[in-house]
Amino acid sequence: MDVGEIHRRLRDRFENAVAPEVKPGEWPVVQVQAPLVAEVGRFLRDDPDLAFDCLSNLSGVDRKAADEIEVWYHLMSYRHRHQIALVAATPRPDPVMPTVSHLWPIANWLERECFDLLGVSFTEHPDLRRILMPEDWVGHPLRKDFVEPDEYHGISTRRESLLKL
Amino acid sequence: MSHAIDVDIERQTPGGLETEEMTLNMGPQHPSTHGVLRFVVKADGEVMRRAIPDIGYLHRSIEKIAEKVGYHGFMPYTDRVDYVSAMQCNQGWAMACEALAGIQVPRRGEYCRVIASEFGRLASHLLSVGATGMDIGAVTPFTHAIREREYINDILEELCGARLTFNYMRIGGCAWDVPPGFVKRATAFLDRFEPLIDEYNELISFNKIYVERLANVAVIPREMAIAWNLVGPNLRGSGIRYDVRKDVPYSVYPEFEFDVPVGTGERGTLGDSYDRYMVRMRELKESCRILRQALGGIPAGPVIAKVPRNFKPPAGEVHVRVEASRGDMGWFVVSDGTAFPYRVHIRTGSYAAMAIIEELSKGLMIADLVAVIASLDIVAPEVDR
Repeated sequence: MDVGEIHRRLRDRFENAVAPEVKPGEWPVVQVQAPLVAEVGRFLRDDPDLAFDCLSNLSGVDRKAADEIEVWYHLMSYRHRHQIALVAATPRPDPVMPTVSHLWPIANWLERECFDLLGVSFTEHPDLRRILMPEDWVGHPLRKDFVEPDEYHGISTRRESLLKL
Repeated sequence: MSHAIDVDIERQTPGGLETEEMTLNMGPQHPSTHGVLRFVVKADGEVMRRAIPDIGYLHRSIEKIAEKVGYHGFMPYTDRVDYVSAMQCNQGWAMACEALAGIQVPRRGEYCRVIASEFGRLASHLLSVGATGMDIGAVTPFTHAIREREYINDILEELCGARLTFNYMRIGGCAWDVPPGFVKRATAFLDRFEPLIDEYNELISFNKIYVERLANVAVIPREMAIAWNLVGPNLRGSGIRYDVRKDVPYSVYPEFEFDVPVGTGERGTLGDSYDRYMVRMRELKESCRILRQALGGIPAGPVIAKVPRNFKPPAGEVHVRVEASRGDMGWFVVSDGTAFPYRVHIRTGSYAAMAIIEELSKGLMIADLVAVIASLDIVAPEVDR
């Protein structure tokens, strides 16, 4: 199914929660309101003509200038071989997104990664813990205002430049 | 990454006999985990209730580094994402940057990339199938596989001077042209190597003990493979004919004839460990086919397009995929128009393969856990990045 038709169905079902324009590309980008992401996802997965059975990627982007955190969902359908990217923005001071881990099990780990590195909190996620960083780490490293700590458990993170020795 | 093992001991009394759930620790240093990773295994005797993966030991914050070093400077770091098969990581990053800036790679450059990538795939699959044998107790096949892999390392060393972390590709093409006599030597290697695949199959693939250890173990049905976003040979092992080189064609792959092998459940159930193993064995042959065509048809011309040293792609987002040795590797790159990428996210094949293990391990024997890890071809640095 071509992206115009997918977008029209989304607009029919969710009206203004889905942005009126689509950004074309290999992954056509559709803007969605953050609180509705799980419902939009369920619709995209369960409608037999759309059948987005695979969440290919889930990435967070810290848009500091806009004071928002964007979460990107790259979805594809093995049945119909079409693909789409959903993007939703959530306020940067308190980023909250609904989980989609009940729709696509791989989202469990991808959301944990997004939480770990960008601090996005996914509501009703079954196991929202850090995944890559140590669990006693402070802060979220991929935030643009993240300041690297001077040391971690007595291990210094500062080092003289080798060129000066 | 968690430090504490949560010990919850369940007491059951089937038939009046009291048993306890046992919590075992596997890793982070373990010869069969292919890198530094850890499992917390909850076991009832020899049977696992579940194996909980604990990752992050090899997290080097490669995505954060990308934001600091700029587009050209990030190329050597991509080698470290999957150091077993670094060429395709180079290619993924180069393709993402080219997509952002709209750069066309010269045809000779694309041929060099395909040759490098397919040799990389041969080396990676050889390590994978060899290590599968070793992990379940057959050491000899590993030495055979590694012997051939050494020759491939020599070939790639001729191409770019490095044996593992190549740093061969550049934004817009490749760093170096193929050296004189390369095509002849590479073809000679293929002539020798192709019959050895059959020999390898005779040595181990149809060995009864080996088949018994892999067939019907850790079966992944089609729907499960898709829902967990398994990619590459793991996905194709479950019978889904999907290969980025065919289905989302990139580079010059549409010019070559090759098949996409899928699992058939030939010795057990569709989607078992043996199917995933055999898909890799068959892909070795397909890679040789691609290589012969690419080496035979390499066109004249430059290998790299003119790309400004101060590379500033226009603002935007791309999500580019390449078929790496561990499958569809997704590169999500956000540019804000400056000389440094705003955000890079690498979605790798091993990440999904690692995530599925907790679900897959339920009811398996403890001894099969290593077979499952090997059959999913997990490379720990690719999980953690």
